[in-house]
Formats: sequence, C-alpha cells, structure tokens
Amino acid sequence: MTSLPTAEERSGKKLGLVIDLDTCVGCHACAVSCKEWNTQGYSAPLTDVNAYGSDPVGAWLNRIHSYEVDTEDGQPNRTVHFPRSCLHCEEPACVTVCPTGASYKRAEDGIVLVNPETCIGCKLCSWACPYGAREYDPSHGVMKKCTLCVDRIYNEHLEPEDRQPACVRACPAGARHYGDLGDPDSAVSKLVAERGGYDLLPQSGYKPVNKYLPPRPRRTGTQPEAAKAPKALEALGAGDGSLADQFFKWADKVLTR
Amino acid sequence: MHPAYSVIFFTTASGAGYGLLAMLGLGAAFGVVFPQSIWFCLVALGLSLGLITLGLLSSTFHLGHPERAWRAFSQWRSSWLSREGVAAVATYVPAGLFGLLWLGGFDGGPVWKLLGVLSAVAATITVWCTGMIYGCLTTIRQWNNPLVAPIYMALSAATGLVLFALLMQGFGAGQSWHVVLAIAALVVAAALKLIYWRGIDQAPRDLTIGDATGLGRLGTVRQFEAPHTQSNFVQREMGFKVARKHASKLRRLCLLVGFAGCLAACVLALLLPGAGTMVFLVIATAAAGFAVVVERWLFFAEAEHVVNLFYGTERA
Ligand code: SF4
Ligand code: SF4
Repeated sequence: MTSLPTAEERSGKKLGLVIDLDTCVGCHACAVSCKEWNTQGYSAPLTDVNAYGSDPVGAWLNRIHSYEVDTEDGQPNRTVHFPRSCLHCEEPACVTVCPTGASYKRAEDGIVLVNPETCIGCKLCSWACPYGAREYDPSHGVMKKCTLCVDRIYNEHLEPEDRQPACVRACPAGARHYGDLGDPDSAVSKLVAERGGYDLLPQSGYKPVNKYLPPRPRRTGTQPEAAKAPKALEALGAGDGSLADQFFKWADKVLTR
Repeated sequence: MHPAYSVIFFTTASGAGYGLLAMLGLGAAFGVVFPQSIWFCLVALGLSLGLITLGLLSSTFHLGHPERAWRAFSQWRSSWLSREGVAAVATYVPAGLFGLLWLGGFDGGPVWKLLGVLSAVAATITVWCTGMIYGCLTTIRQWNNPLVAPIYMALSAATGLVLFALLMQGFGAGQSWHVVLAIAALVVAAALKLIYWRGIDQAPRDLTIGDATGLGRLGTVRQFEAPHTQSNFVQREMGFKVARKHASKLRRLCLLVGFAGCLAACVLALLLPGAGTMVFLVIATAAAGFAVVVERWLFFAEAEHVVNLFYGTERA
C-alpha cells in the first residue's frame, strides 16, 4: 500500500542511522560491505553491468561523497566525507507516488522498502526522492534502495552483534550508528542531541529519520603544521638550480615515466 | 531530467488523441459531428483511440517489468501515475460504447450523446492526471508549478482541435469556427507556456550545495571528489542538463516554427477556399505536432532535480 501508515498505525519506532561527518574517513568500506551483503540478501541480484569495462553501471545503495569546505577564516579548507543513502523519511513522497504499492513504509519500524516482486520499474519513486537514494537495478528491472539491512537486524541466525546494518558493522572509524530515533532515550537519540545532529534538506518536508552529526569545530589558534607543508614543498619545487636540484629534477622525470 | 523518447512520444501522442476524443464527444453532444457517417467515425475515432493506445503502449517501453503494468492500477488513492492509468483505461469504456453505437448506424440519440460527453470528461481527467504526475514532484522546481497540469490540458486541447478541424474539412464538413477554435486553443497554450517559461526563469535558485549537505554552516562548499568514477543511475536519469543557449534556441523554434507556424497555417486555411484550406490544415497539423514534441523535450531537459546539488551543482 503506497499510502503512508497513519499516526495511529505507526508504532513510534523509527529505526535509522546517525552518520558522524567528523569521524568519517571516506574509505568507502560501508558502501562496499553494503554492496556485498545486498548482492545476496533482500536486494539480490544487484549485479553491476560491464563491471570491469570502461563504463560500468549498477545499483549501489550507499554512495560516499567528499566535499571541500572553504571556512573563510584563513585556515586551510576542510575535507568532509559524506556517506549518502536512504534516510527512511517519515513523510516520503517516494512511497506515495508509487503506482503499484511496491514502495512502502513499514508501520512497525518505519523502514522504507521496495517489494521486488511487484515493482514495475517505472522509476517514478527515484524522481520523488530529493536525496538520490534510489537506484534502478538494470540487471533486475526493479528499483533498489537501502533496506536498513532488514534481513540482518532481525536475523536470529546471526550473532547478536551482527544484527545491525552491514555498513555500521563495517565502518572502521565508528562513524555510523544504528538505533531507534523514535525513542528519545536511545543511544542514537542522545548522540544526536549532544552533537547537534541535523536533517538533510529539511525544506523537502520529507522529515528524514537518519541524522548527520556535523564536523566538530576546529581547534583555532596556531596554523596547523599540515597547512605549512605545501609551502615547504613549493620552495623545493621552485628549485635553486644547484647540482642536487638538477639531479632531483632528472630523477623526477625518470621516475614519473 | 533525461528526456526519454518513449515518454515524449507517449505524452504528446496520447495528449492529441485525448484532445480529439474530447472534441468528438462534445461535437456529438452538440450535434456538430454527424451520427450517420460510419467512415468519419472509423477515421476520426480510430485516429484518436489509435494515438491514445500507441501512446499508452509506448509508455510501457521504459518499464523494467512491462508484464506487471496492470499492478499500476491499484494505488489511485495516493499516486497520480496510478490515477492516470485508471483514468486512461476507464476512458475506453464510454469511448468504446460511443464508437460501437456510432458504427451500428445509431441515429444520434441521447444515449449516444451522453456517451460522447462521458468520453470527453474521462479524456480531460486523464490528461489532468498526466500533468499532475509531474506537477506534484516537489523535487523538481520547474515541474512543481501550478501551470504544469493546465499546460498539459491546453496543449492536448490545441492539438486535438487542429486534428478535429482537419478531419471535418477532410470529410467536407469543415466550418470556419472549427479553425477559429483551434486558433484560440493554440493562443491560450502558447500564452500559458510563455508565462511558465518566464516564471521558471525568474524563480530564485535559492538552494545551494551548502544547504543540501548541511555543510553550509561551516563555509563555502564544493564537491571535492565524486562517489564514483562513472556516472550512476541517478546522474543519468536526473543529471541531464541542456545548455541555456541551446534551450532558448529550442524555445524560439517551438514558438516561431511550431506555434506561430501552426497559427499562420490556420489563418491561411481560413482565408483560402477549397483545396487550399485542406493543404494548410495539413501544414497546421504538422506544425502543431512539431510544437508539442519540442515543448515536451524541453519540459524534461530544462527540469533540474534537487539531487544534483549532492553531485556538485552549486544551486538549484
Ligand atoms: S531518502 Fe529518498 S528513498 Fe529514502 S525514504 Fe526519503 S525520499 Fe524515500
Ligand atoms: S519503480 Fe517500482 S517502487 Fe518505484 S514507483 Fe515504480 S513501481 Fe513503485
């Protein structure tokens, strides 16, 4: 049913992710483990087409962007790694626009899913998502998206510590947290309150459940060593014409061939 | 947004078909089209239902699972696409009966007229639903606009009326007011489109990459590295962008060759007697077809999806 569950039908549980932009190192481990889990689980097949060719295509349920922020305070720019996947919105039009009922929001935990048995692959839901979270799987003819690893989190066959989304389990930096954002006392809710977690594009009105923790303020004061480094390198690059300098230029040319 | 040819063909062909169907239905109700001519019925109603059916079939080409298309009739409570599907199929019922009575040599009584009116109403509802599929998407500034659905209706009416004038003339029953009506619809459609284009050009592009990522709080944001080396589905589908210069050239082409050409041909058709009228109505039909296809291509190509902000677009 693509009508959203009513307030009475909803359990109050809002399962989702909290992503810490301060600690994410942009290693893509979450995206890779997501792909690995989902090519065999609920979202199978999720095959990449022409995977080793010049123009591979295929659906991935998690994408890691990297942005550069000019802080305009005389300090070097900041790099922020930014994982992006379905935010399991509370009022998502990706569900209501679906003509078949394949796209739906679960009343019991708020997870937004696509039923691969009934999806006709019209792609309209991907147009309705402001966050680019839905990708069409060309190998399956249906829409794919993050399932919050619905086939892990309730899976009795897994060890209790594995009953969480594959991305959360894989993140080496501890930048991804999973839990119930509908419960103000949950660890994730407390983390959001403490760190000022925010919604992506609140203007959309979709009320995302997933939250992003902003990068912590930078230590101010002295110029960090890293910022000075490029200048030192520049001086080296400019060269002084000495024998040693010519040798390094020659070596550089030979080695970069 | 990526302009898929199947969708452009579907919306323009079925738009013209529904416009023509509405005219035939209303024409029947008001005693304009003749109940006695089976040939007129076969050609005119056949053309309108043919355009509609071809359009609907072509719209299933871009589905991943066309064999499941029937499932799309189920979610009319929430989905405009589902409503469109239901309305499109429902239209066949009065239109089919209308045609059957007509072919059966029926004398044009109240039942036949009522079926004509019902066909016109169903056609109108279907086109409105088509427009709202796009109009309801808040993710695309150029589509989430109150003029989108009215323009779909106006263009459907205009193309349908040009076809109607052509067919009536072809069957020797052409009257100047048929052409005048087509001219009026063309002027309304072109005016709405001009207001729409002005509107989307002037609307503030106030969302930035900083808003989308929420990193605007730290400073000026730009993309440092994309998540993948090759473009993905989201970029191929939503990232299509037509150059501004190219778009304005196409807008001029649409207005001057399409709309103005069609208007001029209609006026000449009014002024010239006999065979001249027919020739210029054929030209008018071709020009109207050109206008709607270019208009529809631009409708997609000029639509900018908010997700592009995450992929480095600075404003949307
Ligand atoms: S992030 Fe996109 S796909 Fe996920 S619930 Fe929200 S609108 Fe739907
Ligand atoms: S692609 Fe599938 S899930 Fe998405 S709107 Fe179409 S039928 Fe629904």
